[in-house]
Amino acid sequence: MAARYDRAITVFSPDGHLFQVEYAQEAVKKGSTAVGIRGKDIVVLGVEKKSVAKLQEERTVRKICALDEHVCMAFAGLTADARIVINRARVECQSHRLTVEDPVTVEYITRYIATLKQRYTQSNGRRPFGISALIVGFDYDGTPRLYQTDPSGTYHAWKANAIGRSAKTVREFLEKNYTEEAIAGDNEAIKLAIKALLEVVQSGGKNIELAVIRRNQPLKILESKEIETLVTEIEKEKEEEAEKKKQKKST
Amino acid sequence: MLLVHHTFSKMALASVLSGDSADFSFDSSQSFAFGGGPGPSGLGLEGTPGDSLSFSVKNPLCVGDDDGVERKIEFLHGTTTLAFKFQHGVIVAVDSRATAGSYIASQTVKKVIEINPYLLGTMAGGAADCSFWERLLARQCRIYELRNKERISVAAASKLLANMVYQYKGMGLSMGTMVCGWDKRGPGLYYVDSEGNRVCGDLFAVGSGSMYAYGVMDSGVRHDLTVEEACELGRRAIYQATYRDAYSGGQVNLYHVHSEGWTRISQDDVLVLHHQYKDQA
Repeated sequence: MAARYDRAITVFSPDGHLFQVEYAQEAVKKGSTAVGIRGKDIVVLGVEKKSVAKLQEERTVRKICALDEHVCMAFAGLTADARIVINRARVECQSHRLTVEDPVTVEYITRYIATLKQRYTQSNGRRPFGISALIVGFDYDGTPRLYQTDPSGTYHAWKANAIGRSAKTVREFLEKNYTEEAIAGDNEAIKLAIKALLEVVQSGGKNIELAVIRRNQPLKILESKEIETLVTEIEKEKEEEAEKKKQKKST
Repeated sequence: MLLVHHTFSKMALASVLSGDSADFSFDSSQSFAFGGGPGPSGLGLEGTPGDSLSFSVKNPLCVGDDDGVERKIEFLHGTTTLAFKFQHGVIVAVDSRATAGSYIASQTVKKVIEINPYLLGTMAGGAADCSFWERLLARQCRIYELRNKERISVAAASKLLANMVYQYKGMGLSMGTMVCGWDKRGPGLYYVDSEGNRVCGDLFAVGSGSMYAYGVMDSGVRHDLTVEEACELGRRAIYQATYRDAYSGGQVNLYHVHSEGWTRISQDDVLVLHHQYKDQA
């Protein structure tokens, strides 16, 4: 039955589905994983970096983009679609600064992006955006925020979330490991993001791209060296954990 | 969504009132058609000055003109309104006289528009222009509040008003208003007019009696006034302006904007104030 109701975006199926939107969500599931974590004084975004071809310059494809000084987003899905959404969001951030004389709140820009996506699920001749976005940042009053949007145009606030390939695995990991102490400090939050990504990313630190925003500071993209250091720390901690367990068993 | 706007077939007013155009955020897929000039029955100032109620004064230098609309906005706004910031918020004081030429049309005009419980706007210039645009501003402010779950800031509210009237620059709007309020940044005071000016400041007086009011205000204003002293200063400034300016008079309406919103302090007839001050001296 899906066959007759999945061509046009503006047509509901008899059981209430918008198939184009659901297919867009499938496209998102094919994209590389992105994870977002909201700490106390820091927000972290991590993405799985696809391995680049030999001749390709590394830094041309960035999956983490700043929307304004205090907000940034990562996406999973069609990169070309993301570019459009990011452009519109950046313009809107500046428009807001102009008309309201205040920077956007993370919720406002998320709502704008979600409204934009929804509009494309209800127009003639257009298809939905094939991306889910994780939007992080700090509001004017210093509260950290993490929001997720999806192709249907809905958005929710999260403490930690993952999108893209193997998002389920990562989310399960986060549900188990997101505790108050896990995000107690900035470094802890960053390590949690790396740990979450290591669950699904092959060959460790080289394929991870990480960005953080600290309160009142602009977006900072971590260098591969810093990531390597953190990965080694994590592996050390893992070994120490394993050692402790061994000792417990033997005594 | 394709919106086709014919600039002259769509009334400016209709496009402002329709939901999408009044949308707060800029959407590049919609064209901005605030239309060509005011519609036939719409916003244009029409009729002879003698018929319509306004705060404006006929420019004595252009006696020959019958139609007040065509004239460049050089005429004085026949009124006195003032507002100033101090440690406890903002004091807003206005007179209440409306003149049509040298005819006093009313002595009991409300020149303070209550935009919402924490924002006030004053009226100087064309009465219709001021009250219409400030009511539209009230609508926009409410929509902002509902959408963003927080009160609009004074800066944003005054910016909305300034942007709205800037669309009509050169088309004969006459409005000189002060947007006063209290938001998370503290007391806010902005002067906005139909020329497109929008300035933030601590102290403003607008209208034909403004010079007299400035004199009194400037000599008495301090940041650390008490509420009582500040109210008395505002009241006295308006009174002195009504004393010397023929186009100001009636009553002095006084408002105080504080962190909880605005409060109407008093309404005093200037004649009564005159005797009061005479007895004091």
